[in-house]
Amino acid sequence: MKNDVNKNIPAEKFKFVGGDNASHDVKFDTKARSYFQDAFSRFCRNKGSVVAAVVIIILVLFAIIVPFFTPFTVAYEDNNFAYALPKNPWFEDTNFWDGCKEVADGEDTFRYYYLIGEELKDAKEGNGGHSVVKNQKYTKNENGLYVYRRDSYHIKGCEYKTIQKDVYYDIIRYQNETKNQVLYPLIDQDDRPSATQDADNANYYYKTKTQNRRTVADLDENGNPVPVYYRVEEGKTDSLNWTLPYDSIRIEGQDGIEVDGKTYFYSYGFEKAGGLVEVRVNCYEYYVYRHTQVIKDKISEPYFLLGATHAGKDILTCLSSGARFSFIFAIAVAVVNMFIGAIWGAIAGYYGGTADIVMERITDVLAAIPMMVVITLLKFYLDKTPTFLILFLSFIATGWIGVAGTTRMQFYRFKNQEYVLAARTLGANDRRIMFKHIFPNALGTLVTSIALVIPSMIFSETSLTYLGIIDLSVGNITSVGTLIAAGQPYLADYPHIVASPSIFLALLMLSFNLFGNGLRDAFNPSLRGSED
Amino acid sequence: MYMFKYILKRLGLMLMCFSIIMLMCFVLVKLLPFNVTAGVGQDKTRLYFQLVDRGYIENLVYDRSGNIVGYDEVPIMRQLWLYLTRIFQDGDFGIGIKMSAYRNKPVVDVFVRHLPPTILINIYSSLIGVPIGLALGIFAALKKNKWQDHVISTGVIVLISVPSIVYALLILYFLCFKFDIFPQRMMSGTDYLSWGMFKSMMPAVLSLCLGSIAGYARYTRAELTEVLTSDFMLLARTKGLTRGQATLRHALRNGMVPIFPSIISEFISVLSGSLIIEQMFSIPGVGGLYLESIRALDYDFFMFLSGFYCLVGLLAGIVVDISYGIIDPRIRMGAR
Repeated sequence: MKNDVNKNIPAEKFKFVGGDNASHDVKFDTKARSYFQDAFSRFCRNKGSVVAAVVIIILVLFAIIVPFFTPFTVAYEDNNFAYALPKNPWFEDTNFWDGCKEVADGEDTFRYYYLIGEELKDAKEGNGGHSVVKNQKYTKNENGLYVYRRDSYHIKGCEYKTIQKDVYYDIIRYQNETKNQVLYPLIDQDDRPSATQDADNANYYYKTKTQNRRTVADLDENGNPVPVYYRVEEGKTDSLNWTLPYDSIRIEGQDGIEVDGKTYFYSYGFEKAGGLVEVRVNCYEYYVYRHTQVIKDKISEPYFLLGATHAGKDILTCLSSGARFSFIFAIAVAVVNMFIGAIWGAIAGYYGGTADIVMERITDVLAAIPMMVVITLLKFYLDKTPTFLILFLSFIATGWIGVAGTTRMQFYRFKNQEYVLAARTLGANDRRIMFKHIFPNALGTLVTSIALVIPSMIFSETSLTYLGIIDLSVGNITSVGTLIAAGQPYLADYPHIVASPSIFLALLMLSFNLFGNGLRDAFNPSLRGSED
Repeated sequence: MYMFKYILKRLGLMLMCFSIIMLMCFVLVKLLPFNVTAGVGQDKTRLYFQLVDRGYIENLVYDRSGNIVGYDEVPIMRQLWLYLTRIFQDGDFGIGIKMSAYRNKPVVDVFVRHLPPTILINIYSSLIGVPIGLALGIFAALKKNKWQDHVISTGVIVLISVPSIVYALLILYFLCFKFDIFPQRMMSGTDYLSWGMFKSMMPAVLSLCLGSIAGYARYTRAELTEVLTSDFMLLARTKGLTRGQATLRHALRNGMVPIFPSIISEFISVLSGSLIIEQMFSIPGVGGLYLESIRALDYDFFMFLSGFYCLVGLLAGIVVDISYGIIDPRIRMGAR
């Protein structure tokens, strides 16, 4: 009956609604956004994570760049500057970052350090000299203790050294060229302190006495020290200590001393058998001389921006190289783990059933073996292999299980979705469905789990080193954990050794966690729009 | 009945898993090249006889003057059989052979002696950490998105991310060295419940509980904020309950469902403790013993302690799963 109605209307009365304009799909004016772009924009809205990402970039740059710019290497160590405090040449005149520490000492200890500075204060032109008491400034507090800033770079003062004769003349040449005094007048064996523990201490250039088995200065009636430098009459050689000629900087007011009409000079080098010379050198200036004239490395003066360890290693260099190692290591492990875990998880998740049950039990057993056992066994089996390789293998041995679990869950989630069924209908084989269709969808979650794996890897490496299970510090490799473990015994007196590695570790873990959480939220499509 | 069957099934699976792991450990450790090296002050001939007696080696070869110059290693499977028969027949878990401090001492005795410090420290840390963590979490959830919540959440993120090794160092430096509040090492002796002992354990306890405070605070806050927005809370308020009553009787009970099991599992893992903290504060606990046994490769100690750690880990996992079902009858674990 319906059709009858239409029959009565002539065909020419019909016309298109839109006139002649055919209706087509309109192209979007807006730009299409891919999944990753969307995730990125959502990530950027999370301020904490962005800050964390910036911090991570800074830390990575620190690890990459700094090892190229420090004059020191990881293998470098110098006992003279063990426990040196952080010092920056730009802050030398301030009371901060100047390598000094404020201390309060009793009279004897204070005088010992003060007198070192009295002798060495003119060592370098236009400089505060090498005083242990910074700028020779001190105050006395109500307990009768002397309060002053003790300079950890000059604390060694002078020491006796036996060197080759040509080195002796080379030092004199160097002194004349640079006006930096390295050599100091010698003291005769008889005038050195009588206590055995101090007999070889070159800082007692003055008359001493032994009090309660401690060596203290024997002052004159004005309270001044009495120098006991060994001296020789001009133009004569003595039979006791064979004094070598010396024409260079002399310490103040000693260009010849008149006694009974004869002129005396201080001795700067005692000749020994076999072409050797005994000298008394200022440790600091001798260090500068050695590094600029003999070794000729990039080191000119000792400045440890973050201080030095108990062995005198530069912490900045060790920390940055250690960080670089940790980063490279963690990323390498993460990549390999992701590769193995993704394949394992994909197969278990996609096929399910018996394959899944068997594979799950295998991972169960593997995951339950303590990490410590894995490392110990590997260490015993591969005792010729470098430690970092053993660590690498043991992290891989069980590390992929987490990734496999995540991938498996993702595959369970996606494998029955319509697009997978569609792909299968179109004849795609299993491998294609797994890696072309499902895997890209699971990638977001995986990337997030990798971002969280990196800090946990660095943390495990740190704890294992700390516990002494592995020792990475052989050769030119070091790690953050090695630094912390090495510095902990000295925590009470020298907290700066563990301070910077700990801060680095804390910052790294914090920013990686924030970054990882931000990434997880960004890749989670169910949260889309929930923040707006 | 269902629960009983489920528990049995889980225990059976755990036992299987445990046996496989221990078997692997045993075989792998015994596969290592074995050499007889006497420690300081150890008589080598006696050591040989001892090893024969323990069933590690056999067929000693003597030279003319009666010195032992060679031996055969007992096949691993026979060693395993010997090891297992000793355990099941005599309850004998072996004796220390290589670690000088525990030479010839039964493994179980030494282990029992090292257990109290570890357990005490972890129990103190749980007793301090769990209530504070829960309280902070509840407080933050109630003050959601106010400044109190932001302060707590920031603190929690910092505490969770920063590794325990770092704040243990901070505690050691500031509380033990700088301000001298606590002693640096744990008191020696065995009067574990004395005040001095408690005080000397405090640095380790503090470093341990900071992490668990943060963990519980975060977990509780997350659970509770979710529960607080659910419909039954609205219903509770509509039927006339005050906010406090509603929170206490309805929200907290439901929010605790996933948290309670982890508290229970925490009390199981008090047995294992933290190797790092024990090492840092020189606690004479099980952790140090384990590390030492690994360094010296003392088989019996190593096997026993590995088994112990493995068992604690597996048990904690099962207890979590089972307690879910007990606390919330709606959850049927292992159901399809």
